Amino acid sequence: MGHDQNDGKGGCPQGVSRRGFFTAVGAGALGAATLGRSQTPGAPPAGAAEPTKVTLRVNGRAHTVLAEPRWTLLFVLRERLGLTGTKVGCERGECGACTVLLDGTPVYACMMLALEAEGHEVTTLEGLMNGEELGPVQQAFLQEDAFQCGYCTPGQIVAAEGLLRANPQPTLEEIRAGMSGNLCRCGTYAHIFKAVKKASELKKVAGR
Amino acid sequence: MKTPKLYFVDGAVPESPAPTDTPAPWTETRVVGKSLPRVDAYDRLSGTAVYPSDVVLPDMLYAAVLRCPHANARVRKVDGSLVERMPGVRAVITGDSKAADLRWYYTRTVFTKLFDPTCRFEGEAVAAVAAETPQQAWDAVRAITVEYEVFPFVADERKALEPGAPAVHDGGNRVGEPEKYQRGDVVKGFAEADKVLEASYRTAAEFHTPMELHGCVARWDGKRLTLWDSTQGVYGVQQRVASLLEMPLANVRVIGSYMGGGFGSKLQADKYNLIAAVLAKLTARPVKLFLTREETFLCVGNRPPAGMRLKAGVKNDGTLTAFDLTVLGTGGAYPTGGTGLVDWLVRDLYTCPNVRTEATDVYINGGPSRPMRAPGHPQGAWALEQMMDALAEAIGMDPVQLRLKNVPTVSQANEGQPPYTTTGLRQCLTEGAKAFGWDAVRRRSKGDGPVKRGVGVAAGLWIAGDGGPPATVIVKLFPDGSANLNMGASDIGTGTKTVMAMVVAEELGVPLEQIQIENADTGTTEYATASGGSKTVPTEAPAVRSAALAVKRQLFELAAEELKVPANQLYIEGDAVVSTKDPKVTKKIAALQGLRRRGLLIGVGTRGPNIEGKVINPFVAQFCEVEVDTRTGEVEVLRFLSANDSGRVMNRLTYENQVIGGITMGIGLALTEQRVFDRQTGKVVNRNWHDYKIPTAMDVPADMTSLPIDVPDPEANTTGAKGLGEPVTIPTAAAVANAVYDAVGVRVTESPISPMRLIGLIAARGKRG
Ligand code: FES
Ligand code: FES
Repeated sequence: MGHDQNDGKGGCPQGVSRRGFFTAVGAGALGAATLGRSQTPGAPPAGAAEPTKVTLRVNGRAHTVLAEPRWTLLFVLRERLGLTGTKVGCERGECGACTVLLDGTPVYACMMLALEAEGHEVTTLEGLMNGEELGPVQQAFLQEDAFQCGYCTPGQIVAAEGLLRANPQPTLEEIRAGMSGNLCRCGTYAHIFKAVKKASELKKVAGR
Repeated sequence: MKTPKLYFVDGAVPESPAPTDTPAPWTETRVVGKSLPRVDAYDRLSGTAVYPSDVVLPDMLYAAVLRCPHANARVRKVDGSLVERMPGVRAVITGDSKAADLRWYYTRTVFTKLFDPTCRFEGEAVAAVAAETPQQAWDAVRAITVEYEVFPFVADERKALEPGAPAVHDGGNRVGEPEKYQRGDVVKGFAEADKVLEASYRTAAEFHTPMELHGCVARWDGKRLTLWDSTQGVYGVQQRVASLLEMPLANVRVIGSYMGGGFGSKLQADKYNLIAAVLAKLTARPVKLFLTREETFLCVGNRPPAGMRLKAGVKNDGTLTAFDLTVLGTGGAYPTGGTGLVDWLVRDLYTCPNVRTEATDVYINGGPSRPMRAPGHPQGAWALEQMMDALAEAIGMDPVQLRLKNVPTVSQANEGQPPYTTTGLRQCLTEGAKAFGWDAVRRRSKGDGPVKRGVGVAAGLWIAGDGGPPATVIVKLFPDGSANLNMGASDIGTGTKTVMAMVVAEELGVPLEQIQIENADTGTTEYATASGGSKTVPTEAPAVRSAALAVKRQLFELAAEELKVPANQLYIEGDAVVSTKDPKVTKKIAALQGLRRRGLLIGVGTRGPNIEGKVINPFVAQFCEVEVDTRTGEVEVLRFLSANDSGRVMNRLTYENQVIGGITMGIGLALTEQRVFDRQTGKVVNRNWHDYKIPTAMDVPADMTSLPIDVPDPEANTTGAKGLGEPVTIPTAAAVANAVYDAVGVRVTESPISPMRLIGLIAARGKRG
C-alpha cells in the first residue's frame, strides 16, 4: 500500500469548484472526462489514457491504484475500490448522487479526477458507519423514512453530514439550501428536511 | 367490459391458482398500519445494498452504445473495423454483425431489429462496443464512422397530420383509428346546461429520469445467462430476453433485488439487455452496460404530451350535464399508447350522464413513450380539474362543493356501470378541506402587494390500484420461529418489502428483524408481475397473507398434538401458540418438538381473483397554497395536503412517503418539467438535469400533509388495501394551476407554469382590461 506521497501539496481546501476542475487538469483531459457527449470522432487526447499510480486516502485508509489521468474519483471509488455506497446519477455534476466529503467538505466525486483527490482525505458513505452500526445521520434517515428507492440517499447523507459539520444547528431554510445540490426523483425532500433536523439532534446527543 | 389495458404486458399473464384461504380483512391489527421503518433501511443506508449498477464482476468489460444523432435517418453504412484495434476494445457490434442480427419490438405490432437501419428518433441504437473500461468504450464509439441519409422530421404532434408532414411510418402518421367513447347524448346535455364552457389544455412531455440509470450487467455461464438489471419487473425482462434470444426461460436469470427507481420506465426489457448479452457472449466476459444520463432522455420513455379540448355543461345547482373531450397525443415514433387513459377521468370521475371523448394518437420522430406514474391521469386531471374550477366560478359555487355535488357511486365508464367497492372521494374532499382550513383561506385576501396568495383543490381517481392475480409467494418458518419471505416482486422504493414483512409478522408474530426477504430474482423467487400501476401491495400482500396462513395452519396442527388442544382453538401471541380456551395452555413456537423435527414449515400463498361486478379504485383530493410574484411570474408552493382513500393504510410511515413523493413529482409537472425539441433539428435540447428541471429541495414545501382516509376496503382483497403510488400524483399539477388562478386570476392551461409563460399571461390580461 502506498502512502500519501502528495500530502500537503497544493490542493483545494474548500473542495473542488468546477472552475478549479477546468484549470487543474486542462482542456485535454476535460474532453475525455465528458465522455460520450462530444460528437467529434477520434482517439483520446494524448496522455489522458496513460495509466499512472494514484494513491487515495479513503475513509482513513490509503489505496494505491493504477489509474488513467482522465478517470474520475467516482469511477475509481466504485469500479476499482468497490466502494459502491457512492452512487452515480449523471456524471456531470447535476444530481449529487456521487457526493463524498473531501477534507470534510461535500464535493461531487464525478466532477473530480482521481488524481486531483491525491493528498486529500476522502470520506464516503461507508466511512460514516460506526463499525457495523449506522452513524447518526444514517440513523436519522432511517427514523424519518427519508428515502424511497435509496439511490440518491448516500449522496444525501454525505451532504447532510457535510452540512452539519459546518453548521451543527441549521434552520429549515439552511437545510433546504444545504441539501439543494442533491436531487431526489422519488421526491422525499420533505422527509429529508426532517431527517437532517433529527440528525443534528442525534449528533448533539452523541457529542460528535 | 374489463377496464382498458394499462401496461403493455409481454405475452399472456399466467393466472395463479386460487388460494386455500380467503379470510376477511383483519378487523384489528397488531403490526399492519403502524409507522415502522423499512426492513431494508440498513442495507440502503449503509451502502451494503447492491444495486444492479453497483455490480462489479471479476474480468468485467464495459459497454457503450452509439446512437443515431438525427431525428429521422437511415444508416447507409457503418464501419467499426478500425475501432476494433483501439486500446482496450474487445468487441464491436453493428447492424451488419451476425451475432447482433436480432428482432426487436417496442410494441408487438411493429417489429424492427436490434440495430435497425431505419432510425425514427434521435437516440436509436446503431452500434455498440465492449472494452476494458467505459472510457475506452466511449473512445471507440466516437470513432465509429456512420454514413446517414438524413430525412425531414416531425417533432410536434400538432403538425404530424398536416399535409406534407414527413411520414414517420409508411402508412402515415396516424396510429390507427381515433379511439372513441360515448354515453348519453352530449348535444342534449349541453342544451340542458345553464352554463357551457370550452377550453384547450396541454401538458408537456415529461421524462421519468429515475436516479439509478437504466442498464444491466450480463454474464454467461455456458448456455445460461444472468442479468443484473435495474428493473421494476424481473419476470417481464426474463420473458422478452428469452424469447428474442430464443432461449429457454430457465436459462435466463434476471436479478433486480434492489433498484433505484423507475416510475414506469423500467417495466420491460430494453435493447440494452440484448446488447449486453450479445457482447458478453462474443467476448466470453461479463459486460456492464449502463446508459449515460443524456441517453435516458432519448430512448427509455417519457410521459407523452397531451393536447386536450374540453367542453363542459353545468346547471346552476351544480349538476353536470355533459362533457365533450378531444385529445391529440403522441407516443413518439412507435405505437406505445400516446393518448392512453387521458380521457379516463373525464369519463369516470364525476357523475355526468352525457359524455363523449375522442382521442387521436399520432407518430412523431421522438423517443417512444413508456407508462409514467398514472399514465394519462395527470394529463386528464390538468384539463378536467381546471375546468371544474372554471365551472364552479361560472355558477358561483365553491369548487369543493361542486365536486361534492357530483361524487359518483358507480363507475360510469365501465360497461354496465358497476358500483365501486368503496368510494372515499367524498371523505377525501370534506375531511381534506377541513384539515386544510379551506373555507377560511379561500375567503382570505390575496394580498395587497405584488406577491399574491392563492389556494387550489383538485381530485382524482386511479383506474387501477385493485391489483389481482397472478401472484405466488412462499413463506418459510424456521424451527426457532424466525421466517423467510420469498416473492418475485421488486421493491422500487415504495416499501413493498416492508409492507409484506409486516403481513407475515401480523399472522405469525415474528418480529420484523427476524424475517429475511428474498425478492426479484427469477432464479430463486416466485412469479410476480412488474411493480407498477399501484398494484403491488393489493396484488402481493394477499398472497403473502395466504402463504403465512398456510404456515400457520401447519404450525397449529403440530401444536395441537403437543398441547392436546384442537388446531382450530389456537392462536399466536408473541412468540407462542396459545389455546383460545385457556391462556395457560401455551408453548413457545421455538419449543415445539414437531417443528424441530420438520426443520422448516413451508407455506405457499396465491392471489385470488377480484370480486365480480364491482370496481376497485383509489380516490384522492389535494389542496395547496401558493404564492405568485406578479413581477416575475414565479410561483412558490407553500403547502400541500393530500387526502387519500387507498383502503387500509399498511404502514403509515411509507404511506406518507408515497404521498410526499407524488406531490413532489406533480409539482414538477405543474411548474418546470417539459421536453424541448430543437425546431431546426428535432433533437432534444434539454437532455440533462440542468436544463430539464425536476424539483429540488428548494422547489417543494416542507409543509406537506398526508391525510389518509383509513377505511379498509372489505371487498378489495384479504388485506383491505388499495393502491397508492399513482393516485398521489394525479391531481397535484391541476391543484397548483387552480391555486395560481385563485391568486392572480390567470388560467394557465398549458404546462409547465413557467415564469415566462405566467408573466406573459399576467401582462396580456393587464392589457385587455
Ligand atoms: S453523478 Fe455526480 S453529480 Fe450526478
Ligand atoms: S430515494 Fe429514490 S431518488 Fe431519492
